[in-house]
Amino acid sequence: MADQVLDAKGLNCPLPILKTKKALKSLEGGNTLEVISTDPGSAADFAAFCRTTGNELLEQTEADGIYTYLIRKAG
Amino acid sequence: MSNVAEFNTPQAKPGIDPNTMSIIVTKGSLDWAYPPFILGSTAAAMGLKVTMFFTFYGLNLLMKDLNLQVSSLGNPAMKMPIMGMHMGMPNLISTIPGVDAIASKMMKNLMKKKGIAPIQELRELAVEAEVRMIACQMTMDMFEYGIDDMIDGLEIGGAATYIEVATQSHINLFI
Repeated sequence: MADQVLDAKGLNCPLPILKTKKALKSLEGGNTLEVISTDPGSAADFAAFCRTTGNELLEQTEADGIYTYLIRKAG
Repeated sequence: MSNVAEFNTPQAKPGIDPNTMSIIVTKGSLDWAYPPFILGSTAAAMGLKVTMFFTFYGLNLLMKDLNLQVSSLGNPAMKMPIMGMHMGMPNLISTIPGVDAIASKMMKNLMKKKGIAPIQELRELAVEAEVRMIACQMTMDMFEYGIDDMIDGLEIGGAATYIEVATQSHINLFI
């Protein structure tokens, strides 16, 4: 179970990333954030975001057009 | 699941932080407002230090009250999705009074329907992310724009101000 869940369904680029960044800000290092998105472009974006920011992309799943990302905040 | 390429550490000139970006914003229509604000706010969210320099029609994007418009005139690539097809607009249509306003409203509705953030929101997120926003002194004076009509938190500068930013920036874009 993630420490926090961010529902980003219905939002398109760049909002899923921007909202994720905002949500991560309020978390402690080591906490996990689950992001739910319907944006197909988000698949590559979340991987790139995590690589650049040093946050860890633990899990990435897709089912019926719903993309779920589990991210662990760095630190 | 992921098939994205490996991310290589960028090799910038010695002394330049690779995580820096500058954007010169020269257009002020609804469609042209998106690339600079999406790139600027996303880069800032990814930890880059971003500067946006607004000049000429880009100044339009700094107004407190935004009412961005788009025109179909001379925009041959603009084909809006209507009733399952893509329709371009003949140039002649755009000369009818009110058509540009209708086209702009249609585009804004399309954006709302598709969950695309309005420019106001992207701009706010950019400001929150501490993107440095500079308004071009010369074109402000030329168009007689007042700083009070614009959002808070802006710097005012000229070409040399931008050039200095660019010499210390790894990614420099002209939009």
